[in-house]
Amino acid sequence: MRASVRPERTVAPRLPWWLVAVAAVGIAFVVAPVVVMATRGDWASFWSLVTSASSLDALRLSLFTSVVSTAVCVVVGVPVAMVLARTRFPGLSVVRALVLLPLVLPPVVCGLALLYAFGRRGPIGHALDDAGISIAFTTTAVVISHVFVALPFLVLTLEGALKVRGTGPELAAASLGAGPGRTFWLVTLPSVAPALAGGALLAFARSLGEFGATLTFAGSLQGVTRTLPLEIYLQRETDPDAAVALSMLLVIVAVVVVALVHTAGGTRNFRRGLAGSVAP
Amino acid sequence: MRRPRPTVGAVVAGGALAGVLALAGCSSDGGDASTARTVGGGDQTLVVFAAASLTDTFTTIAHQFEADHAGVTVKLSFAGSSDLVAQIQEGAPADVFASADEPNMKKLTDAGLAAGAPVAFATNVLTIVTPPGDPAGVTSFHDLAKSGVKVDVCAPQVPCGNATKEVEEATGVTIKPVSEESKVTDVLAKVTSGEADAGLVYVTDAKGALAKDAHALAQIDFPESSKAVNTYPLAAVRGSKHAELAREFVAAVTSDAGQKVLRDAGFGAP
Repeated sequence: MRASVRPERTVAPRLPWWLVAVAAVGIAFVVAPVVVMATRGDWASFWSLVTSASSLDALRLSLFTSVVSTAVCVVVGVPVAMVLARTRFPGLSVVRALVLLPLVLPPVVCGLALLYAFGRRGPIGHALDDAGISIAFTTTAVVISHVFVALPFLVLTLEGALKVRGTGPELAAASLGAGPGRTFWLVTLPSVAPALAGGALLAFARSLGEFGATLTFAGSLQGVTRTLPLEIYLQRETDPDAAVALSMLLVIVAVVVVALVHTAGGTRNFRRGLAGSVAP
Repeated sequence: MRRPRPTVGAVVAGGALAGVLALAGCSSDGGDASTARTVGGGDQTLVVFAAASLTDTFTTIAHQFEADHAGVTVKLSFAGSSDLVAQIQEGAPADVFASADEPNMKKLTDAGLAAGAPVAFATNVLTIVTPPGDPAGVTSFHDLAKSGVKVDVCAPQVPCGNATKEVEEATGVTIKPVSEESKVTDVLAKVTSGEADAGLVYVTDAKGALAKDAHALAQIDFPESSKAVNTYPLAAVRGSKHAELAREFVAAVTSDAGQKVLRDAGFGAP
């Protein structure tokens, strides 16, 4: 594992030719459709298509809700990952499976589940409605949808890193008299910062592309709940060129965000973070 | 240690290659089979692309068609009309296309992909749906503009939303919706779940939902719906390998038996 995460420090071992060949096919498989889509776009009118009022509203809303969702995922996800990685109780594996459920559920089913829970007739939504808070059809509903589907990505990444790292430094800190809180802030959290950044990026990416749960739970209204993927879906009905242009905009936003995080987090630390997420 | 691994890899790669070749073989077989369609008694498959709102009615009509044509299988593909047109334009092997509105059929004819002029076979009008018991007390189209009434509609880009806009313009009533959906089913879902106080959908959508669950929603027809009558056109697709059969299917939809199925589901006469 170590050797593969720091390729720049050691001479890279030669790979078997067939591995490289299959890898090339795999990369082409992912890249080719996007490239072909780009060639189909109406680039002459790209700028006017992506700067229309509805497109800008959708872009603004997508960025805002994805940032807020990622922040919520970090605040909620770190404790969840800590509990899953560092505690032992009966039914832990069941809890883990349940928390990761949104990964395997179709997004529309996630949206339905949220609708039943937070909708006006749902147990949580009903109580909130009595308190004068209505969630459906608001930007809050978009954020809830995003957090629901994106949280497992952060939890999984962080939990993996926590397990790989072990508890040695924490035990040492405790033996030196540090309380659980101090140990968490000064020892545990800094040691998994790259994994946290990687997990947050995955959560952000998942939020940015979120479609099904948002459509089902939050609705679709310009500037309020219609995020970029929903706008793309709607534009496709009448103007496929605009849909392609907006899709390219989403691709560009995603690439820029990934590049920014890479630069800000330091490429090597970030890679370590992602590598940590892959380890069991 | 080193030698076995590439061997395993080669076997896997070889297997994958064999799979690809087998797939390629399949598709050329398919081509041969369809060019040999003139051989009498051979089984034929007619591919019908139809708007999602026609799911129940066209399934019934297709069964009738199969019963009347021995050896013929009707394969139905239901989706939004614009999705279907886009698929046909990309070369999807459709023999018949039934659109939920005229603009999408126009895309097909403009692209030169329709065999002959499209035939109108049904009409549809909007209706108001509310959760059971009508909690917001909606009784007319004008009530939808009242403040505090959460109304869910289709986006103007899709046929049901376009019809909504036409009725609004004709009546001077301006609805401020809480959401503009891309699909009628999303409007229905938000009304039946009680999230929205009212929604505008087609009569056939409301009827379909009520047929599945009589207590799913309340349906309130309104006279202004006649301001936006949606017409469903149908056409055989040019280049179909079963041109004659495609024409017969179009005839079956417009026949008395086909029209009865559509009328029973709430569609109006063209």
